[in-house]
Amino acid sequence: MTTVIHMNDVTMSFGSNQVLRGVELDLHSGEVTGLLGANGAGKTTLIKILSGANSNYSGTVAIDGAAVTIDSPSTSRALGIEAVHQRISDGIVPGLSVAENLLFEGIVVSEVPRFASSRSLVPRAREVAAVLDLDWSDAFLRSDAHGLPIADRQLLLLARALVRKPRLLVLDEPTSALSEVEAVRLFGVIERLRDSGVAILYVSHRLGEIDDIADRLVVLRDGVVCGEHTPPFDWHQALQEMLGAAGAESHASTDEMRGSDEVLKLTGVKLLPKAQTFDVAFRAGEVAGVFGLLGSGLSELANGIFGSEPFRAGRMTLQGEPFAPRSPAESIGRHVFMVPEDRMAGTIIADWSISATATFPFLKAISRFGLLNPRAESAVGKSVVEDFGVVALSEDDPVVSLSGGNQQKVVIGRWLREQPLVMILDEPFQGIDVGARRDLCKRTREIAAAGAAVITMSSDLEEIMQVADRVLVFVDGDLRFDSYLSETSRDEILQRLSEVG
Amino acid sequence: MVRIVSDQKTQSIDAKESAAATPRRDIRDLLVRYGFIAVTVVFFVFFFATESSFRLSTTLFSMLKFTAVVAIVGLGVTVTMAVGGLDLSVGATVGMSVTIAAMTMVIYAKTGWVAIIVVILGGVLVGALNAALIVLLKIPDLLATLATMFLVQGLKLVPVDGQSVSSGLILRDGSVAPGRFTPGFLIIDRGAVGPVPYPVIIFALLTIGTWFFLSHTKWGRVMYAIGSNPEAARLAGARVRLYKASAYMIAGVFASIGGLILASRIGQGDISAGNSLLLDAVAVSLVGTSVLGVNRPNAFGTALGAILMGILITGTTIKGSAYYAQDVVKGVVLLIALVFSFTLSRTKQRHVRAVPM
Repeated sequence: MTTVIHMNDVTMSFGSNQVLRGVELDLHSGEVTGLLGANGAGKTTLIKILSGANSNYSGTVAIDGAAVTIDSPSTSRALGIEAVHQRISDGIVPGLSVAENLLFEGIVVSEVPRFASSRSLVPRAREVAAVLDLDWSDAFLRSDAHGLPIADRQLLLLARALVRKPRLLVLDEPTSALSEVEAVRLFGVIERLRDSGVAILYVSHRLGEIDDIADRLVVLRDGVVCGEHTPPFDWHQALQEMLGAAGAESHASTDEMRGSDEVLKLTGVKLLPKAQTFDVAFRAGEVAGVFGLLGSGLSELANGIFGSEPFRAGRMTLQGEPFAPRSPAESIGRHVFMVPEDRMAGTIIADWSISATATFPFLKAISRFGLLNPRAESAVGKSVVEDFGVVALSEDDPVVSLSGGNQQKVVIGRWLREQPLVMILDEPFQGIDVGARRDLCKRTREIAAAGAAVITMSSDLEEIMQVADRVLVFVDGDLRFDSYLSETSRDEILQRLSEVG
Repeated sequence: MVRIVSDQKTQSIDAKESAAATPRRDIRDLLVRYGFIAVTVVFFVFFFATESSFRLSTTLFSMLKFTAVVAIVGLGVTVTMAVGGLDLSVGATVGMSVTIAAMTMVIYAKTGWVAIIVVILGGVLVGALNAALIVLLKIPDLLATLATMFLVQGLKLVPVDGQSVSSGLILRDGSVAPGRFTPGFLIIDRGAVGPVPYPVIIFALLTIGTWFFLSHTKWGRVMYAIGSNPEAARLAGARVRLYKASAYMIAGVFASIGGLILASRIGQGDISAGNSLLLDAVAVSLVGTSVLGVNRPNAFGTALGAILMGILITGTTIKGSAYYAQDVVKGVVLLIALVFSFTLSRTKQRHVRAVPM
């Protein structure tokens, strides 16, 4: 088996943020290498270096033993590297036919005559499609790619990547949009490619897939390769490496809270198209930590309860009454609040002050007959700043001038102007430093202590251990495990997460 | 994400510190903030000093009166811009209002009050149509209101067979239209309190009202939130669709009020009335976003933009420039405003998202 790509001491920084800290990685021809890593481990950055999108890296990349510089996507392609990215729709040009999309790269570099009729492209497109055994009809090839189902888009991109017979094929979460059958078909293709000598880097959060397809497993954490495995994979060990050694103290032993009042009940809820339904109840007075890797349905759960994106299936009751919110406004009316995952896109209004941000959900409290009272607004802003320990010069400062942790305090604190029944925090610690995280954890627990059912979503087990009383483990949208932290262990949680298949 | 945020933080601190350090940045800030007002004052003083007829108070008020229609229609556009949209159908609504007012009084011989009520109902109806297209059928604002514009422009001509409506009109059955523009209706444009014409009073009241609504009520607060980050507004519990719909209804009503004044001014149902108003109204709203460096649609900015246009057009007309100089003037004013808000302003976040679509 020959080494196609050798990466040595590859380092990459964005500003002061070092994302890759000396990655060493070999990729061999005729081998599928599975790459595992948590959010922020540096997988995407690594892929972008290989595909030429990040050219500011330091360290060496050698192909067939000769050092190369990958400074643009076209260099990468010329070197025989093809990447199929996670965001499928980015690669498809709607308005062009399927055939034109298949030959797109050729059209861009003018290999294909620019003014060729779409009919004349079809035979060439058919050849491309044949690489993947895609039995697409001519009529299908001539149709607009705009209406292409997502699975077909994925196959189209893959076929396109294979046109140039790459030495290395990078697949980033390739099955996230595929059904079972389509995934099996994709695996068949991958196996054939491997047997023909292509090196394949397979990035996925789905342990089962890596288990099925990979010949080798590499674990990336905090920008370094921290584990390599050969089949049969020791998933437990791999997950330990991926999520880090047990570091942060769990508070569970000291001050665990157990609620008894089942405020919110979910029945027959289905999070993802292929997932199984489940029932679960959330209790007042405790923090439920919902844990799962990327794509395991955590945000779907949060948005389903909050009504911002209703569940595919299932019913809810709130305090015994039916609860089926179709909009956030409805759930807020029932005292179910959510702090969304993406703080910038989901909560921050750029030119607003801290006070304006803090008062926004409950404008009634600072207005009379619709008329805003600036003094009341400032008072609320001030009290959110003080009660929540926001580090700011004044409540009139723009909210974007705060650090991430302080912004998060404002957007959590603003809901506590009314007593929540259910408080959902979707990845509340994302992009927040350790000190602020400890503080937010304490405050999150106070919200529960004050009588709310708190639900915290996180893909970081440390955070869950730190903040929650109870842990719910989700894998691919299925509820795998539900226990109080004091009755389980980090090992058992990882065990449940790593149960493959 | 943290990285971006902390960058912004350092940036804003930088800005504060270095603003004092470099006078050049200081000047730039001043320009962004007061430049537009300064331009308005300079032109005003220039015309005031050089043209004696400009100095007459009747000319001053007639200038404001002349500006009132554009300004009022622009205020409606401002409200739609506040929710992140833009209403392109306002000019057509003004035209439709003129025709409806004429039909009500001339063909159906009703009173001026009836005409006013019917015209405003018409504005509500157009607003409701826009709201339905945008909120229920999910058509992008610009495209939906563009379609409405054509529909309204065309449909208003159907009942009048494409003719202007004035007293003495021969109807389809050969009879002469029984009514006429009532004296009461004509007062809307011609009446005055002391030296202040009614249209100027309406203009002032609506400006203050719109400013108050957008800046000092919770509904205005929600509208700005929607215009700035609709997803954040929705997740905080704002009823985005309801507010967007309301904004288009308001724009429709304001356009119909503009139409009433215009109908009263021309005293007949001129079918071409209102045609040029759309672009003027959008322009003054855009100009308004740059006033005081606030970089968001606001009522005073819109009013000021309309007044500046009025000063320039009146001034150039008195100076004896050709009629086509007006368009040049409007273009230059808009350009200056855009330079203030896009080139000179250091505010990153812009509220005028709907426009470059």
